[in-house]
Amino acid sequence: MNVAPLGLAAAALAAAVPAQVASVSSGQLLTASRLAWENGGRLIALWGSDERDRHRGFRLRVALESQDGITVLEHTLPDADARYPDLSPIFASANRMQRATYDLFGIAAETDDQRPWLWMASWPVDQFPLRRDFAASSSWEPQQEEYEFVKVEGDGVHEIPVGPVHAGIIEPGHFRFQIVGEKVLRLEERLGYAHKGVEKRFEAFPIVDGGRLAGRVSGDSTVAYAWAYAQAVEAIARVVPPPRALWLRALCLERERLANHLGDVGALGNDAGFAFGLAQFSRLREDVLRTNAAAFGHRLLMDVIVPGGAMRDIAFEHVHRMRDEADRIAREIRELREIYDEHAGVQDRFRNCGRVSPELAAKLGLLGLAGRASGLPRDVRCDFRSPPYDVLDVRIATQTAGDVWARAAVRFDEAIESTRLIVAITAALLDRATSGEIGASIDDVPADRLALGYVEGWRGPILIALESGPNGTIRRCHAHDPSWSNWPAIEHAVIGNIVPDFPLINKSFNLSYSGHDL
Amino acid sequence: MYQTLRKIMRTGIATETPPAPADDNVVVARLHEKILRTLGRALAIRHVDAGSCNGCELEAHALSNPYYNLEGLGIRHVASPRHADALMVTGPVTKHMAIALRRTYDAMPDPKLVIAVGECACSGGIFGETYATIGALSKVLPIDVAIPGCPPSPTLMLQGILAAITNGRGGEVR
Repeated sequence: MNVAPLGLAAAALAAAVPAQVASVSSGQLLTASRLAWENGGRLIALWGSDERDRHRGFRLRVALESQDGITVLEHTLPDADARYPDLSPIFASANRMQRATYDLFGIAAETDDQRPWLWMASWPVDQFPLRRDFAASSSWEPQQEEYEFVKVEGDGVHEIPVGPVHAGIIEPGHFRFQIVGEKVLRLEERLGYAHKGVEKRFEAFPIVDGGRLAGRVSGDSTVAYAWAYAQAVEAIARVVPPPRALWLRALCLERERLANHLGDVGALGNDAGFAFGLAQFSRLREDVLRTNAAAFGHRLLMDVIVPGGAMRDIAFEHVHRMRDEADRIAREIRELREIYDEHAGVQDRFRNCGRVSPELAAKLGLLGLAGRASGLPRDVRCDFRSPPYDVLDVRIATQTAGDVWARAAVRFDEAIESTRLIVAITAALLDRATSGEIGASIDDVPADRLALGYVEGWRGPILIALESGPNGTIRRCHAHDPSWSNWPAIEHAVIGNIVPDFPLINKSFNLSYSGHDL
Repeated sequence: MYQTLRKIMRTGIATETPPAPADDNVVVARLHEKILRTLGRALAIRHVDAGSCNGCELEAHALSNPYYNLEGLGIRHVASPRHADALMVTGPVTKHMAIALRRTYDAMPDPKLVIAVGECACSGGIFGETYATIGALSKVLPIDVAIPGCPPSPTLMLQGILAAITNGRGGEVR
């Protein structure tokens, strides 16, 4: 985004994608956000930091993505009574990020909605965990919070509370439905149950070792997080990982995408009453995970990507096994997709269910897979093409229906595309040109540098904003999941649908609770 | 329909022989004969995610795939704690989940088993004990079986669950 017309000076920001940073006043924060919105930009993340030890109060950072890269707006706030302008009228998804930033730092947006978001009465309401003078080991007895849900009144309206403990093997979250008959009038989410202090925890890790924690922000996206974290460390240390490491990373990322998509389309079939789909796709998913374990020693590929490169190389036999497996799985996906397409029951449940129109998706700022199913053709792999995606030519998958069917269709297309990419990557790994080192050493990490990592995980873009401290420490690490932007969309998607369709709609988004609650 | 049936026929039966109960990696903490007499070898499990990264959930789901076929062994995941014999807990027990976890445990009928799944539930794992987490599950509930691993593989999980219903003495499962 060109910020010069606003009278702003932007400096280059270290990252694997084009990025810049600009200091803004509260007025400029609003005008720059509005300009970004008008030019089709989207809000990726909003987070805070405590700079009082440097006599600079608090800092609010807002990451916006436009066609030409990421712009981080930095706004400095005073030590006390810190307030900044509410961005949610421009970017709807800012609301919860702002409330979470208050819970963690005590800096508030100028808005009527001052309800907590990540605070749930487990620490005193006037204590803020991410302030530098808050001890990570502080401990209080958990209390029951009283949260103000919005009530719907009228004849025959009743309420169904669900969670945080659900009927299946699901992450914890609370859903409050307001119902007439079977129809959902309103859904309100209450998240935060999985808050485990990840961002505070980062500050106890050496910067070269923080990838292990990043890889556990959301276990289903461990590869994407570890890669984004590695990008940030490498950008700070000015280290370029060897080409072979990048190919190995892309292999892992596509296998993560494939495994998750296989699991999801199977689970979607099951939620539509077609257990055959779950049996078949969970079998294929297991095949992928077993091959991962054989090749890299971990089924979900945790800790394979490290700052500087990759932890281990892949043996020839496993490269061949992955290539053959990718061909077989692509064939089976096509065969099974046809069965889904012709199954009247599945189609009846999938079509027009949980619809988010392209207009609404743009307004809500939907990201990643769910965005692509609602006509927002953005994919970090295609838009910024950082190596090795500069030569991989990813074909983006999009739909415009925005319903459960569309989100399943995007998954089918992307799963097949991932098998194609895996075949291409295995060919590259067998090429003599890519043989050699798989890691560069990171000896010196300069202090007080900010850098970004940005990777398209299977769910959407994952951002790591990392700031180094002295002597190889982490000063601040913000990990941002696309689920932040997509959770609010589910509240809209279910309106007018029947309650029993909620599990199907929720699954079709399959958002992260852990990655959101941090 | 024809295509579906053909696919089922062609796929055949993928289910594998289950592993032996509990090896050294699984800690059998306390199991009472009385519980085992009551439960027999069928088991109804209620899972609670007490703040995990969702890695353990992915592997717990995998237990139901055709290779492991958990239900074929007489072990089921149930929707209500009131129907459950065993509580399976993942995650470093976040403060925010502590009350819900306790209520779920209290809602289960006696006798009941508690299985800690994953490094976090066993020890707090990488998240440790902080303002937001209690850490090891054993600090809030009496545990019977601990299955470490980040996340534990489905095989390891199955071994731990089987240990819970055979009292860690090994032996024939089917």
